Amino acid sequence: MSVKERKKTSIIENSLKLFSQKGFYNTTIPDIAKAMKMSVGNMYNYFASKEELAKCAIKYSTNVLALELREVNNLEISSKEKIFEFTRRYFTKVKENPEIIEYFLRVYLSNREVFSQGCEGFLCVGEFVTEVMILLEEGASKKEFRDQDFFAAFGMFMGSLGGFAFLSGEKVLEKDLMQYSDLIAENIYRALKYEE
Amino acid sequence: MRSKPTLVWLQALTCNGNTQSLLSSNHTRFEQFLLAFDIIYHPSLTNTITLKEVVSSNSEIDFLLVEGAITSQTHFFSLSDMSVKTILQTLAQRASYIISVGSCAVFGGIHAKFEQNNDIQGVEKSLEHITPKSNHKIIHLTGCPVHPEWILQTLFTLKAKGVIQLDLHNRPVELYSHLAHHGCTRNEYFEWKVEAHDFGLKEGCLFYDQGCRGPMTHSSCNKILWNDVSSKTRVGMPCIGCTEFDFPRDNLFETKKNIGIPAEVPLGISKRAYLSITGVAKTFKIERLNKKIIDENS
Repeated sequence: MSVKERKKTSIIENSLKLFSQKGFYNTTIPDIAKAMKMSVGNMYNYFASKEELAKCAIKYSTNVLALELREVNNLEISSKEKIFEFTRRYFTKVKENPEIIEYFLRVYLSNREVFSQGCEGFLCVGEFVTEVMILLEEGASKKEFRDQDFFAAFGMFMGSLGGFAFLSGEKVLEKDLMQYSDLIAENIYRALKYEE
Repeated sequence: MRSKPTLVWLQALTCNGNTQSLLSSNHTRFEQFLLAFDIIYHPSLTNTITLKEVVSSNSEIDFLLVEGAITSQTHFFSLSDMSVKTILQTLAQRASYIISVGSCAVFGGIHAKFEQNNDIQGVEKSLEHITPKSNHKIIHLTGCPVHPEWILQTLFTLKAKGVIQLDLHNRPVELYSHLAHHGCTRNEYFEWKVEAHDFGLKEGCLFYDQGCRGPMTHSSCNKILWNDVSSKTRVGMPCIGCTEFDFPRDNLFETKKNIGIPAEVPLGISKRAYLSITGVAKTFKIERLNKKIIDENS
């Protein structure tokens, strides 16, 4: 990675934290520049606008999850075990890098107008969606999962994980997040599993 | 080779489809064929001798073309009181070149699925150790049926050069290196993942729901057009993969999917790459591709 690319990544990582804590509109380029110890003018050498930065940030954050799921997809384990393993990794991310998930929930989903040009549909989250497709298709082809509509399965899978990450962010859970991991994975698996 | 090489066409277990195809060839090309070859025997053309006489004769055959699958079981099928395996083996020993015409002749095709007779095979297996006198490999023309021009091109190439370049399955590379997908007039719909909603429509791709095998089938159907003008996919009928060795498969008109995702993706493309591109393409709704090309009501 070039020096410029490393710098861009660092800006994205800092902006993810600020955007997810303060919201998209309450975070300014000067706020991010300050966190980076950079001049505001120099920031624009890396990103032309806050909107462009926001789009790069959603690609970056979902790619972190896509890489996790790709690793899980490549493991020589059953599809059921893959669900349990990915759920553990997902909740670990929620705990260790909450900004990754918070940004998706509190910025990407909540400010669609920012992403309407250039991040339509699955454009900026495509790599992660592809890995979910691979997980589901493989499970169904091995008859571990039942055949069903893709969006019904996808919505249930991501809805469960995202919804629980939201509850964790709201700090309403009674137990440590990781203690829920296998319970949620079991629920996801039961909704997907093959039935004669 | 003689200036007008001799040709014998043997019909074994067949629906006659490849003969139908040959007889439907471009009339100029068919005339050239009749003028260029000495057709000793073809069951659907006027012959001066019978099949029995062809078999009992000692005369050499330059081109032996076989249509249909082979069996030794005479209670299932016989010609002139002989099994087609016996006839084939007799004729093959006198043939310079042997061409299996159609999927049944190449590997047994649909007949090989007949469970009551486990002795139905393609030509090459039935010949065991008999090889053509030219030492040229037995040429496989897969297809159900074979395009007439594929037969004629193969014959004219062999007549002119004595040899034809073959792929790993002994099919002419010139005819079987492309995919049925190449030249399909629906490729723009494939690119943007716009489905055809029914058979026979001009609009939409047949890969997503209708079972089209174009992107994974080696054939030149959309390059060398049928009747010189068309192809299955051009008229709204999915490619059923009839040139491949798993033909005929079950559920020919249905795309096998798992949770809405195609079980098989275009040849040589990883599922991950294909799904990535698909997800992006589906994001955009191209208005032009979702309308009738010619709308008579507008």
